Amino acid sequence: MEGNIGELGQYIGVGLTAFGMGMAALGVGNVAGNFLAGALRNPSAAAGQTATLFIGMAFAEALGIFSFLVALLLMFAV
Amino acid sequence: MFSLLQEAATTAVETTEGAIVIDDATAHGADAAAHGVEGAGYATEAAGLPQLDITTFGNQIFWLVVTLVVLYLVLSRVALPRIASVLSDRQGAITGDLMAAEEFKLKAREAEAAYDKALADARAQAQTIVAQNRAQIQAQLDEAIAKADAEIAARTAESETRIRAVRASADVSARDVAQDVTAELVRTFGGQADDATVGAALDGRMKGAVQ
Amino acid sequence: MATEATGGGLEFHPMDQFVVSPLFGNGPVAWYTPTNVTLWLALTALASIALLVLGTRGRAIVPNRAQSVAEMAYGLVHKMIEDIAGKEGLRYFPYILTLFMFVVFANLLGLVPMAFTVTSHIAITGVLALAVFFGVTIIGFAKNGAHFLDLFWVRSAPLAVRPVLAVIEVISYFVRPLSLSIRLAGNMIAGHAVIKVFAGFAAIAAVAPIAIVAVVGMYAFEVLVAIVQAYVFTILTCVYLKDALHPSH
Repeated sequence: MEGNIGELGQYIGVGLTAFGMGMAALGVGNVAGNFLAGALRNPSAAAGQTATLFIGMAFAEALGIFSFLVALLLMFAV
Repeated sequence: MFSLLQEAATTAVETTEGAIVIDDATAHGADAAAHGVEGAGYATEAAGLPQLDITTFGNQIFWLVVTLVVLYLVLSRVALPRIASVLSDRQGAITGDLMAAEEFKLKAREAEAAYDKALADARAQAQTIVAQNRAQIQAQLDEAIAKADAEIAARTAESETRIRAVRASADVSARDVAQDVTAELVRTFGGQADDATVGAALDGRMKGAVQ
Repeated sequence: MATEATGGGLEFHPMDQFVVSPLFGNGPVAWYTPTNVTLWLALTALASIALLVLGTRGRAIVPNRAQSVAEMAYGLVHKMIEDIAGKEGLRYFPYILTLFMFVVFANLLGLVPMAFTVTSHIAITGVLALAVFFGVTIIGFAKNGAHFLDLFWVRSAPLAVRPVLAVIEVISYFVRPLSLSIRLAGNMIAGHAVIKVFAGFAAIAAVAPIAIVAVVGMYAFEVLVAIVQAYVFTILTCVYLKDALHPSH
């Protein structure tokens, strides 16, 4: 084994940011699932809310992207 | 490209180290070393995330602004008015077509109404003609019946007069026969029979019979 | 060095595709140097112009294929602004359509093999997001004056929690350009890097079929992401514009 302890921590941190991806997946799935549940109850109102759906998904997904950004910063910028 | 830069940087770093170790470097060598340090700095930054390489930001932003301005001008001056006019033309065409269709529908309805009216008129006319004909025929029929009745009546009257005449003549004949017979009978039985007495007796007997 | 993670003959350089380099020669990148960024920015602009200007050349009542795509893009953005920001928002329609066309074509052209994705750069998306941020803030103050600050002072909430909400609102307001730019760039970087990593695995014969299938799948997913991210960027711009036009609710 070679390398230093700093690099070890760096890689562990990068790996941990993968949790962020999973969390974002939960969030996006939650948004889409609730939208579908609501849409099936009242299909006539669903068409008008697709924009809201996308906004909600974008917000949920942005946080996952932030974890990816943290990973990139750890890998390349630290 | 990237690996080339890195290679250059690595060599440059080596050169720098060499320059520091070897004290009696020439002016040219020092220059090269200085250049190498610069190159090394550039390459180290590039070795990180390319997105975080601040040295290229000015370039990207400049060209982005140029692109956006050009795109904005072209789209807002040429493309958008054109698409808007096409869309409004289409909307106009659709509205016009719909109005024309409405007009045609109205016309069709009018034509239907006219047809219905013509049909009703024709039917009414036919009815009047039928009624007229029927009345005419009835009148003719009535006339014919009346004529026939009159004729029948006339003939009946004629027949009756003839019958009456026949009957009268028959009465008279019967009386003559009876007078002759009576006169003969009276003569046969040896009686004296003058015509006036026999006639009076016959008239008296026949009063009830003839009636 | 992380990019040099070599093992068993595998070489991953997933980030090399994002390097900015001059088109001609190997010199340093000055602000005026024509680089690959310049090339792909120009191609993006040309593609947008080709669709919206050349595509509608016929001005046909019954559109052909290119014209109906152009009209679809026009109608999509027009309806989005009208639904979200209202009729007053249509004044800014040309700029928002420019943004949409730029982002969608930059994303899609970035998916062409060997291409450079301009929207994967924080500098580019940052400028786009900051332009939206400053533009919206200026519109907000110009239209509403000091009432624009009602956006942060939530009158429907109880008085006691209003300062807390105000702090949260101010923070979320200033995070907007950051999240707007990082979302777009992050999606692009992530997708392209993942494709590149899978492509790197294709060097091993045993896993090559899986890697190729994965690249195809990721590619299809990235096409979807490219369009959805452009849509999201535009829709969020409209939402911010709505806040600027009608701050008090």
